[in-house]
Amino acid sequence: MSVKVLTVKEDVLGANAENARANQELVDKHHILMINIMSSPGAGKTSLIPQTIKRFKENIRIAVIEGDIASTIDADKVSNLGISAVQINTGGACHLDANMIRKGLENLALEKTDLIIIENVGNLICTAEFALGAHEKVMLLSVPEGDDKPHKYPLMFTEADVVLVNKTDVMPYFDFNLTAFTKAVRGLNPTAQIFPISAKTGAGLEAWFSWLEAQLKEKAGTA
Amino acid sequence: MHEQSIVESLLAIALENAKKAEAKKILRIYLVVGELSGVVQDAVDFYFGFLSRGTIAEGADIMFRHVPAELRCRNCDTIFMPDRMNLQCPKCKEQQIEIVSGRELYVDSMEVE
Repeated sequence: MSVKVLTVKEDVLGANAENARANQELVDKHHILMINIMSSPGAGKTSLIPQTIKRFKENIRIAVIEGDIASTIDADKVSNLGISAVQINTGGACHLDANMIRKGLENLALEKTDLIIIENVGNLICTAEFALGAHEKVMLLSVPEGDDKPHKYPLMFTEADVVLVNKTDVMPYFDFNLTAFTKAVRGLNPTAQIFPISAKTGAGLEAWFSWLEAQLKEKAGTA
Repeated sequence: MHEQSIVESLLAIALENAKKAEAKKILRIYLVVGELSGVVQDAVDFYFGFLSRGTIAEGADIMFRHVPAELRCRNCDTIFMPDRMNLQCPKCKEQQIEIVSGRELYVDSMEVE
């Protein structure tokens, strides 16, 4: 039998990108703003999200898609706030993909939702590679992780629309140079919004809330 | 890290193209992998080994073509290859960069019979 060479030229993540586009079309149909929050494990996603929910839940209808390797702890925390939450256990996989989000969306009452917050699996590498269809990518970094992260994870910082620097309350105990960090992020991504916050004390959260409110208004304007 | 999902997609692409060409067996898959894609060859081989079992891609070799990371300085336009994770421009020492290449991850071609 003769050997044939087939030209393929197909992006390995192409199918995921297609699914991500379909997800965005679906939420757009319902005028929903969908944000994807990514960070390392322990950076504070599970503190930031309830704070954000508490701030907005009186005025808008929020749903959360929780990505987790195996537990339901985070989803339980959110459900306790009276918010619809869908838990996606990735079964050990290190990131959410667009297909998992699709399934999550199928389990939410989209016609009764204004904002979907996706809590991605704690990971700075894989999560940056897999588009989900979110309108905004929010990257959460905490002070103890160090200010050198943009150099180690350039893709994540290139992709992020917003960078939140959490745990500023412990800044005095770490050699975290916010000026150098900001410069490095801007170097990779000149349009990224950077907000230093403390999800624990609430410091700086207003700036993040204002930004989110502006995105929500813009989305509602398309209704 | 995320090689399992990568290999699942890679295998789907390979099998679909082989089917279209009415191939009986996939011998080699040429994969282009950018340095910044975070894809590790050993992990791809490992997952491919068991995910391809029982398919016409079983036993195929995955041939990697690595593409180095290339950055462009937005300040002085110099194109450079970063030394490890140092993102500073070697010419003007600024750190305002744009990724030119290194994000690639695609199946370039295949050998089938």
